[in-house]
Parts: sequence; C-alpha cells; structure tokens
Amino acid sequence: MTIAVEPPKAAFRLSMLIYDTRYRAMTIQVIVLALVLLFVGWLTDNTIQNLAAKDKDINFGFLWARAGYDIDQQLIPYTNDSTHGRALFVGLANTLVVAFFACIFATIIGVIAGVLRLSKNWLVARLMTVYVEVFRNIPLLLWIILSFVVLGETRPAPKDFRVTDEMIAAGESPAATMSFFDSVAITNRGSNIPAPKLTTDLGGFELLGVPFSFAVLGTLALIIGSVLVNNRVLAQAKAVQEATGDRPTTWWKSLLILFAPTLLFLWVLGFHLEYPVLKGFNFQGGISVAHSFTALVIALSIYSATYIAESVRAGILAINRGQTEAAYALGIRPGRTMKLIVLPQALRVIIPPLISQYLNITKNTTLGMAISYLDLKGTLGGITLNQTGRELECMLLMMMIYLTLSLLISSLMNIYNNAVKLKER
Amino acid sequence: MSDTSFIRTEMLPAKTPPVGQRGVVKWLRENLFAGPMNTILTLLGLIAVYYLLAWSVPWVMRGIWDADTLQDCRRLTIERYGEGASVACWAMISERWHQFMFGFYPQDLYWRPVLAFGLLFAALAPVLYYGERRTNLKLIGAVAVLTLVFMGETWKLADIAPKATPALASNSSLVIGFAVALFGLLLATAAAAPRKLTWFTAIYPLLGFFLLWGGSVWGPLGVAMGFAILGIVFVLLQGRLGVVVAAGAGVLVAAIWWLGVQTVATTALHSAMPMGLYSVNSDVFGGFLLSFVIGVSAISMSLPIGILLALGRRSDMILVKTLSVGFIEFVRGVPLITMLFTASLLLQYFLPPRSNFDLILRVIILVTLFASAYIAEVIRGGLAALPRGQYEAADALGLDYWQAQRLIVMPQALKIAIPGIVSSFIGLFKDTTLVALVGLADPLTGITRIVRADINWKNIYWEPYVFVGAIFFAVCFGMSRYSMYLEKKLKTDHR
Amino acid sequence: MKKSVFLGTLAATTVLAGAAFAGTLDDVKARGELICGSNVALTGFGAADAAGEWKGFDVDLCRAVAAAVVGDGTKVKFVPTTGETRFTALASGEVDVLIRNSTWTYSRDNDLKFDFVAVNYYDGQGFMVKKDLGVSSAKELDGATVCIQTGTTTELNLADFFKSNNISYTPVTVGDDTEAQRQYETGACDAFTTDASGLASTRAAMADPGNHIILPEIISKEPLGPVVRHGDNNWGDVVRWTFNALLIAEEKGITKANLEEVVAAATADAAYDPEVKRLLGIDGDMGAMAGLDKEAFKRAIAVSGNYGEIFEANIGASTPIGLARGLNALWTQGGLQYAAPFR
Repeated sequence: MTIAVEPPKAAFRLSMLIYDTRYRAMTIQVIVLALVLLFVGWLTDNTIQNLAAKDKDINFGFLWARAGYDIDQQLIPYTNDSTHGRALFVGLANTLVVAFFACIFATIIGVIAGVLRLSKNWLVARLMTVYVEVFRNIPLLLWIILSFVVLGETRPAPKDFRVTDEMIAAGESPAATMSFFDSVAITNRGSNIPAPKLTTDLGGFELLGVPFSFAVLGTLALIIGSVLVNNRVLAQAKAVQEATGDRPTTWWKSLLILFAPTLLFLWVLGFHLEYPVLKGFNFQGGISVAHSFTALVIALSIYSATYIAESVRAGILAINRGQTEAAYALGIRPGRTMKLIVLPQALRVIIPPLISQYLNITKNTTLGMAISYLDLKGTLGGITLNQTGRELECMLLMMMIYLTLSLLISSLMNIYNNAVKLKER
Repeated sequence: MSDTSFIRTEMLPAKTPPVGQRGVVKWLRENLFAGPMNTILTLLGLIAVYYLLAWSVPWVMRGIWDADTLQDCRRLTIERYGEGASVACWAMISERWHQFMFGFYPQDLYWRPVLAFGLLFAALAPVLYYGERRTNLKLIGAVAVLTLVFMGETWKLADIAPKATPALASNSSLVIGFAVALFGLLLATAAAAPRKLTWFTAIYPLLGFFLLWGGSVWGPLGVAMGFAILGIVFVLLQGRLGVVVAAGAGVLVAAIWWLGVQTVATTALHSAMPMGLYSVNSDVFGGFLLSFVIGVSAISMSLPIGILLALGRRSDMILVKTLSVGFIEFVRGVPLITMLFTASLLLQYFLPPRSNFDLILRVIILVTLFASAYIAEVIRGGLAALPRGQYEAADALGLDYWQAQRLIVMPQALKIAIPGIVSSFIGLFKDTTLVALVGLADPLTGITRIVRADINWKNIYWEPYVFVGAIFFAVCFGMSRYSMYLEKKLKTDHR
Repeated sequence: MKKSVFLGTLAATTVLAGAAFAGTLDDVKARGELICGSNVALTGFGAADAAGEWKGFDVDLCRAVAAAVVGDGTKVKFVPTTGETRFTALASGEVDVLIRNSTWTYSRDNDLKFDFVAVNYYDGQGFMVKKDLGVSSAKELDGATVCIQTGTTTELNLADFFKSNNISYTPVTVGDDTEAQRQYETGACDAFTTDASGLASTRAAMADPGNHIILPEIISKEPLGPVVRHGDNNWGDVVRWTFNALLIAEEKGITKANLEEVVAAATADAAYDPEVKRLLGIDGDMGAMAGLDKEAFKRAIAVSGNYGEIFEANIGASTPIGLARGLNALWTQGGLQYAAPFR
C-alpha cells in the first residue's frame, strides 16, 4: 500500500461553514431547517391571531353533535339524528365504494380498449383511438355531468312501469319494463337491483357503529379458505409437473373446492334474491342505487380507462417482438405465449401508471360534488362544514383522511408491484 | 438433334391477384372482415357510428342561430322542423360567446387578453425552437397576423358595448400601432439573432401580467428591477461564495427591494411620470381567459419550484430530501378540490390578519403549489432516465454540483421531461374547470350558471356544455398531438 | 380574547385586529368602493347579464348601500360566493356585507358571529309537485322522492318537517338551483322543495307552468337579509338604515322618478312631512349620526328607487318571475315590512 498523503489538519474556522464542502451541506440544512421552522411558526402564529380575532377556537366537538341532514346513500346506518362524526363515516364509505367500483370498471374497459387499439381490425382500432382521444381531452367534470343527465333524461319514470287492472283487461303492456329478466329496475331517479337475502339470520355484532353479520363474515371466511386450499392443490400439481413432466388435471378439483363449500353454506342459510317492486311513488325492496353514484362510476371509469388504455398499449408495445417469436419457436401456443411470456413482462410496465391512475380515481371522486354525490367532500367538507361553520377543522380532517387513503392505496399497490416485478440482480 | 429443351429467358408477367386479394376488397378483407370475430366487431362498430351520427349531426347542424330567448328557440324549432324535433339553440352562444371567452373583462379592452394570448406563443416559440431562424420567423409571423385580425374583430364588439374605460385607454390606432411595433421588433430579432428571442420569453410573464391587469407601468418594471438585482448579486457573489449562498444572498437583497424599496420607488416614479394601462381587477376574469391565466401562470411558476423539489428529492442532504418528499407526497395525496377550498376558506387563516387578496390570486398560488409537486415528479423522471455515466462524466470533468446540473444534467433531463410537462399542463388546464366549485367563473359550469340565471336562457342545458367541451377538446387535443411530435423531434438517441 | 391568556404577547395584536375589523364604514369610505358578497347566479336576486352588469333584487340593495356610503351606486364590487364560501368570505373581511338571500337563524347569529341587520325578503320553504301526481298537501308526500338543494337551511327544515309529521321520504340532494329544477322536470323526484320565491320563479320559467302546483304548506320561516360581521355596530346601522330608508320612501310615496320633485317641494314647503325632510337631508343632519353625510339616504333612494320599485323591477308581478308582494308588502298593506321611524 502506498502511503496516503494526509491533508494537513486545518483548524476549524467559521468561514469553513460556507467554503468547505464537508460543512457546507450541514450549514445549508441548518439554514433550511431554521427557515422552515420560522415559516411554520409564522403560519401558526397567524392562525392563532386570526382565530382570536374572529373569537373562534379549534374544537372538534361538533363531530359529536346532531347532524340534522339526510344522506341519500348510506352504507352504514345513518339517520338525520346521527352525529356529524357518523356522517363523516357515511361519506367516507361512499367515497370508497365509488373509488372501488370505478377502479375495477376502469381497469376492465381500459384493458379492452388498449388491446383493441392494437387490433388488426382497422375500424375498431380507429374507433378506440377516437374514444381515447375524445374522452381524455375533455374535462372529467363535463363527463360526470353528462352521464348524470343522460341517465336521468333517457330512463322512464317509475309510474311508467305500473301495470293496472285496466291495462291487463285491455291487453296493453306498460310503457316500460324492468331489465335483466325483471330483476333490475332503472328509472329516471335511480336503479333498483336485487338484494341478496337470507332466510336464516345468524345474527351479528356491532363494531364502532358498523353492523357486522356473521353470515357475511362466514361467507367471506369460506371464500378465503377455499382460495387458499385451491392454491395448495395448484402448487401440488405444479410440483408433480416439475417432477414428472405431466400435469395432473385439476380443473374439477378447483371448481369443487372454490364453489361447493360457499354454495352449500348459502343454501343452508336459505339464500335468495329480493326483487324490487313498484310500491307507492317508487320501487321498493332490493338495493336502490342513486344515479349520482352510477353516473360517477360510469364517468370516472370511462375517463380513467382512456389513461389505462394508453398504458396498456404502451406496455404491450414495449415487449420486444422477439419474445413472442422466441416463444413460437419453442412451440408454445399463442394463448400461452400471451399468458406466460408477454403479459408478465408487460405488467411490469403497466402497473406503475396503473397505481397512479387508481390514486387519481380516488382523488377525483371529489368531483361528485358537481352532481351532489354525498361523499366525504359532500358530507364533512360540504354540508357539515356549511352547517357548523368549522372550516378549519373540517378541511384539515378531510385533507388528512384523503392523504391517508392515498398513502394506503399506493403502499398496497407497491406491495403488489414488487410481487410481479421482474427480480433483478 | 432437335432442341426440345426450352429455357425461359424472361419472367412471366405477374398475374393480377384474384379479386379477393387486391384493391379495396383485399383491404376490406384484411382490415375489417378477417374472421367471424372481426366481422362482428366491424358491424357493431358501424352500427355504433351510425347511431351516434344520426343522433348528433342533425341536432348540431339544424341548430337555431337567430333567436333572442330559449322560448323563441323552441317556437322556431316547432315552426321549422315540426313538433317533437330536437335541435340545438346556438343563439345563446352567439349572444354570450364573449362571456365564455373573457368572462366580465371590459368589452372595449378585449384587445388586451387577445394580445397577451398571441404573445404567449411568441414567447414559447424561442424555447421550443431554440435558435431556429426559419421556424421562429414563420411562427411569430403567423401569430402576429392572427393576433392583429382577432384584435380587429373584438374591436367591433367594443364599438357597440358601453365604454367601461376612459376613451384614451382603448384608443384603437395607438393600440394597433403598439402591437404592430412589438411584433415587428420580434420578427426583426427572429431574423437577425433568433437566440436573443429568449429575452422576450424572460420578460413575457411581466408583460402578460401588465397587459391583463393593467395599472401603472412602473409596477412590473419595479418587479423586473428586483430580478435584475437578484441576478447582479448572484453573479458578483457566485465565484466566491458558491451557488447556494450567492442565490440566497441575491434573493435576500431582492426581497428587501421588493418589500421595502419598490413601492416607494414606483409610487414616486408614477407620480413623476404617470404611464400605464387602465387597471382591470382580476375578479372580472372568467371563461377561457381564467382557465388560461390559471393554467399558464401555475405551470410556468411551478417549473422552477418543481426543479428545486426534484433536485431536493434526489439530494444527499437528509433534511432537504425529507422536506421535499414530504411536500410532494402531501400535495399529490390530496385532491385538487381540497387545495381550491384551502385557497378560498383557509388561506386567510394562515396569512397575517387583515391581509386580503383576490380569490383568483389565492387560487393561482395554491394551484401553483399543486402543480409544482407534479412537475417535480415529471422532472425527477427525467433525471432518473439519464444514464449514470452522464453524472460520472460530469464529475470526471471536475464540474461542481451546480455546473454539472446546469451544463450536463438539466438540459438533457428537461428535454426528456417536456412531454410530461405538456401533459401536466393539459391535465391542469382541464382541472381549471374545478374553480367553479369555489365560486369563480370558469367556462364549463361557472359561466354556464351565469347564463342560466338569465330568465331568457333559464333552462338551456346541452348547448353550453357542447360548446365548451368542443373548445377544450380542440385545445387539449392540439397540445397532446404537439407534445407527441415534440417527443419524436427531441429524441436524439439513435436506438 | 381567550387566547391572550396563554399567549401574552398576542393580546395586543388581538385587540388591534379586533379594532381593525370594527371600522368597515371607514374602510369602505377610504376604498371608495363597497365590496358586496353576492350570489353566484340566482335569477331575479343577483346575476350578471350579457354585458357583465350585475342586476337583481339583492344587487340593488348593495347599490343603495354603496350610494349612501361612497356616493355612487356603481361603485360596488360584487364577489360571487357559493353556499360554502359565503360566510367565510364575510368573516375574513373579504366582503363588507353579504346580501345573498341568507336566512337569519339563531346559530348563524351567535355561533358564526354575524349580525343580520334587516330582513329584505320574508320567505318560507314550500313544495312544488306535478299536477298529475294527485297530491294537494305536503302531508300526503309519504314515501316521495324530494329534490333539495344542499348547503342551505332547506335540508334541515325538510328533515324536521317529515319527522314531525311522521312520514318518510327519499332525499335527492342537488348542488344548485338550475340542476334541481332540471331534475324535478325530468321526473327524478316527485317534489321539489326550496324557498317559495324560488319555486315561483322556477315555475314561471317552465315550458308548461300549468302542469305544476305549489303546495299550500310553508314549512319554515326564511327571513332573508343582509349580513355583517358581529361587533361592527356602526356599519350594521348604516346597512340597516339604508334599507329602512328604502322602506320609508315607499311608505311616503317617494320614487326614483319623483325624488327631485319631492325634494323641491319639501324644501319650499315648511309644513311638509318632517320625516321626509329628515330622510332626504333637508332638515337637520341625520346622516352624521351614522357617520354619513346629509344626503346619503337620498342618494340611496335615487339609485333604483324605493323598496317597492326594486321589488317590482326585479322579481315583481310584471317580471317573468312574477312574485306577489305577500309578506313583503308594507305593514300598511298587510305585510311585514315595517321600518322604525326616522327620527
């Protein structure tokens, strides 16, 4: 080893804080920290002064006060006697359910549109291009309003469904009928879909005001259990395949394991569907879905699907043509080539933009405000804020909730991304 | 010996392919009717197209243009097309189009937003086509012609509208003279020294502000002076103190100028030499003018902030990195609407008591912060796409951090990031429609609401949405196509 | 002042800020312009027309206040506010006065720290239904779908009404006025509820007004009026008395057209109605008591006339909105509009 020439140890001088690269970073950070603290302090001080000037305080007590207003879509029980805090949770649940359905539909439509854009059919490819370009270049707000209006204006009123004795006598049919074998009623004021019901009630319990039914929990547990068992079976089949080269047939085992226990359980409990019927002014029974919800899901999914379609297309195009050719050369069938060779690689490209689309969908649910969908923004950041005048508390709470949601979704999706990512060394 | 062998010396002429394999038929077979699945898809597609067109074309084309109220429109529809016909009532657009474009901007001053909009392109040209004489000349020339034509057109409106401003403020010959001189100067610069055009880009923000808001000419000049001071201090100190400290000192001195000296100086200058445009308050901004003002100012102001944040996120300094990441993730985690409501409801809590300013300015500030987080991520993408070798090469040449950033890293990273920046702008431009939710007059719902409050147009529904949607589509589609073109043009690697 | 206990240094600034908020009248005078919080767009009450000119019932009151304080009815800046942003805009001082059909309620007066200084329109919440529904009373609406506008007192009244009558309903919450109407017209709801004035104007603008009826029940009291910040009494007085001046003018028959004649007659005739003389600044300097000048209220009347004229021009029977005076007639004609004496 050569002898390293030790630089002469200079005594520390104050100017070294600026000139010496070793200390400069530290100096800058200290200054930045000081500035940030100063800024935050300034904001806090201003806020305290402003609150004092308006004779207000920061107080979340309003969350326990009676809300007094109604919400038309409630996933957890709520009446106008419930508290503002409960209204918050009703709104949050509404946000989540819209985001959930919009993400699923957007993915389905997006994947189809993305694949069809690459179709060899000239007309279909062009149509998909037109769809993608038109929808992504016009503000989402417009699509939300339009789909809401179209739903409301094109569907018949509930009274058009009515069949009176005179009509039967005259042999006339009503102006409108229910869709899907008389199970779904879509009127101009909302949709009623059949509700799953059980004849035997297993009871349930309530946690934080949200009711949990043992029947639902049991079904969920059964489904998860079946999937796990099925995975074991598949893993075994794979082990056999790797050992012997022959894959044992598993499809009937899988079918049995996946569906039989759940179906049996539901049959024992007396599962049936409750169909909506026209009573009084409206359809009653079944699950009633407000148009604001449907419109929001439709608009969000067709709008976001255009972005997903673009990333799917980019993902597929990014896979080298040689990969497919090599697979063919090995004698792998086209379907399996797609499944085993192209898609796993394309997914790596598709998933990161997909995550950010899911985040965007979640954040864009706030636009439901334009059609008065009462999501978190509508309850906590809308009516509650308006009735209580607690804008600081409501806004801070709302931002925190959205932030938590976003971070949760992105971390969940990142876990998935890490799972499908090609393992690089 | 008879020669029975036959050797063909020339090729047979190629036979024409069978009918099914050539021309239109072949194309149709291959592209539309290849296989049953494809045929079904084609037929479904054709049916969809037919229904869409059969429904929309007559509605649009047969629209009524000559009516004063919606009731008039309904009456004329029945007269012309019979009971039950449904056609558009475009008469509303022809009466109110200027509100969709400019909001409540004084009608005799429409030339100002038009000129500012035209100059925006003249300012962008030298950035997009740096140093290209011909392209710059063509672009600026076209912009000049179009701008002058539109200024002339809006003038007709001003003649019939009540004058909101002193006559001198909208003296047409003076204004046209000014515009012609300005464009002439730009064209001359483009011809003589196209690289110098970037100076116009640098002063455009202040010029645009001055044109739109008006007021004393000394105000924007004072701000420009502050930037000049910043630059001078930076250049003087940079050699001795390093980039960060010099920049800090520059900002400090400039801040002293802006906060302390400027008001005094400009007031004095204004009283000594009053010069300026009729002052227009931003609460009259509306329609697409508002969308563009918010979109353009937010994107242009968020660029420098975004670059700093992106560098901060990649920095080795743990504190700077944490702060940048925290800011970016926070902003990206909350919906834009909450930012807008923060602007309208909360900002006044965070500012010193009694400091009140315009909602539009507050919205611009919050939207800028919002955009800067997204721009930071776009630029970070550009930085990450740069091969490690570029950084190492810069280090090997002995460049320090800022030199490396300025000379090697940023030019390449920004080039990669341009399409991302454009698409951020498109997104932001579409999102400006959300400002209606805090009571501003955006074109989509804000102005539409105002139009519908008029008893004459009270129940009009589809027409404003179709009109505004079409304009949004034209602008956004144009920009996205342009960004694709740019992406191709800027691709300098030959893979 | 609670905060000053644990933040000693803040006490001084708090007082300063509080004091600064109290001087709205001086602020407006110094600025030379009134900033009036208005509706974004509500037919008849406040909206901008094709030329960008604000017009409406609430707008005219803003102009009258501006004329009284700054001397010119055109020196008003209208700040459009939504249901959510209106009170914040007033509390933060962004607007000087909020004249935007806001209902005077106990909690707004006390919890939100505002003062409702007058009632320029007595309204009440009603229902509109289609004739063929066969309903003649709101109590028959059991199980009906009802369209309501959010962000107002309407939704609270509705819930209370149905609860107290022990009948059920499905709410359809709608963001704004036009949207609510459209939904009602397409049949998305059986009944549309909002303030009776809104129902009347909605019905007037429909293609088939004859097919809709407004039910007789008025389920709430909705006194709408100008709002100012709590604790700024002088400014509140200015707004209140400007409105009162408009009422007195109607009572005394002073109109925009005959204002100058009245002034001339009152100046010439020593025996002329002394209240008119005081109001128009001919006798004494009543304006000074409120920090205004002598002719302040005369100017307020000159902008768009007296209360009756403003009503008739914007929402009255001769306009397409066609509202009857009803509760808003002068007390002498059986209504509730009653101004305190000007002395």
